[in-house]
Amino acid sequence: MPQIIDAKTAASLIKENERIMFGSFLAVGCAETIIDEIVKLGTKDLHLICIASDYEDRGVGKLLSKKQFKSAQVSHLGTNKAIQDQYNNGEIQVEMIPQGTLMERIRAKGAGLGGVLTPTGLGTVVEEGKDVLTIDGNQFILEKPISADWAIIKAEKADKMGNLVYSKTARNSNPVMATAAEKVIVEVSEIVEIGDINPEDVVTPGIFIDYIIKA
Amino acid sequence: MDRNDKNYKRTLIGKRIAKELKDGDWCNLGIGLPTEVANHIPEGTSVFFQTENGMMGVGPAPAQGEEDKDLINAGGGFITAIPGACYFDSCISFGIIRGGHLDMTVLGGLQVDEQGNLANWMIPGKMVPGMGGAMDLVTGAKKVVVAMEHTDKHGNAKLLKNCCLPLTAKEKVNLIVTDMAVIEIKDKRMHLIEIAEGLTVDDVIKATEPELVLPKEIKYFSI
Repeated sequence: MPQIIDAKTAASLIKENERIMFGSFLAVGCAETIIDEIVKLGTKDLHLICIASDYEDRGVGKLLSKKQFKSAQVSHLGTNKAIQDQYNNGEIQVEMIPQGTLMERIRAKGAGLGGVLTPTGLGTVVEEGKDVLTIDGNQFILEKPISADWAIIKAEKADKMGNLVYSKTARNSNPVMATAAEKVIVEVSEIVEIGDINPEDVVTPGIFIDYIIKA
Repeated sequence: MDRNDKNYKRTLIGKRIAKELKDGDWCNLGIGLPTEVANHIPEGTSVFFQTENGMMGVGPAPAQGEEDKDLINAGGGFITAIPGACYFDSCISFGIIRGGHLDMTVLGGLQVDEQGNLANWMIPGKMVPGMGGAMDLVTGAKKVVVAMEHTDKHGNAKLLKNCCLPLTAKEKVNLIVTDMAVIEIKDKRMHLIEIAEGLTVDDVIKATEPELVLPKEIKYFSI
């Protein structure tokens, strides 16, 4: 059973040099309250795994503006000048990953797979340094799993078992990240009693969730 | 009609690409110029638009004051959902994209070459926004359409023999629609299909680096 804690306590669990997956797509479906607390604590040298770097004042961008990441695995950073400046100055290491590949590498970790084979990136810089396999006459890049110490995700509603329901496009990378990290913290708008969510409506099963924060 | 007017170019390109869509098609429109296509779907044609952050059935932008903070497109703009719309996570979304389930994707371009290679995600030393979902879209969609201006702001060709910028995907582009021409890529050649009203074949040839395969009869497109 997950523990229900507050955002400040959740933020204090995150230590320097840890790898964190943040659910978010341009700051939609993002655990803003927990991020605010990590900003206040000023925890440094973190590793970011996220679809994009969001905006300087919203989403994971707030942590980037405070230079709390030393490295990142993202698919896009075009909406955030802070990370682009840090990248150009060599202050942050960035691995740019096609969005679908990023998601599948995370899924592979959560599903216990040794990697995934994808055609995305063939003939581009993404292929460099990676094994290319031919399966039934077609080429695929071997992409390895991505792991993390923490996933910090956002859902609309949790029951006390940790079963989660999302809202519209705020779902995005949250369900897959919930499967792939050592520990998972979810920020929700509402916590309900066990049995109050129709089992058919559950998107993320509670088995993946360690901590619930109501914000 | 001012041929250099941005709105003229945008409408011309968007309207022409909309003609490529068939009733019942599933389609993904990239950020920027490609979004114009949604404004020109012919009456009686029903097309379902995906947004890769996790939705099929994108509707028009909401009225001011009716925005839903949880409902955006891949460019971060507020959208609405049409009846029959559905939401899904990023893995399903990119499964739809990579798995060949989309009939068409429309993306912007920095360069396209006659092999069908596309470059649209970075300019080394200058602009590194990242590929986002573009590499998956170009790899997986059944038909890849590039929407872009025919030349850059200095008048240099963007339709090249060989792209010199880092590629988004190799040999995947099917059709290019610019403010000057509609060009199909087939057998590693650029085939001129139509030219914009008011231009000549010579105008297009001068603005294009590779040799064009010319049609038997010139067709025109306009706004």
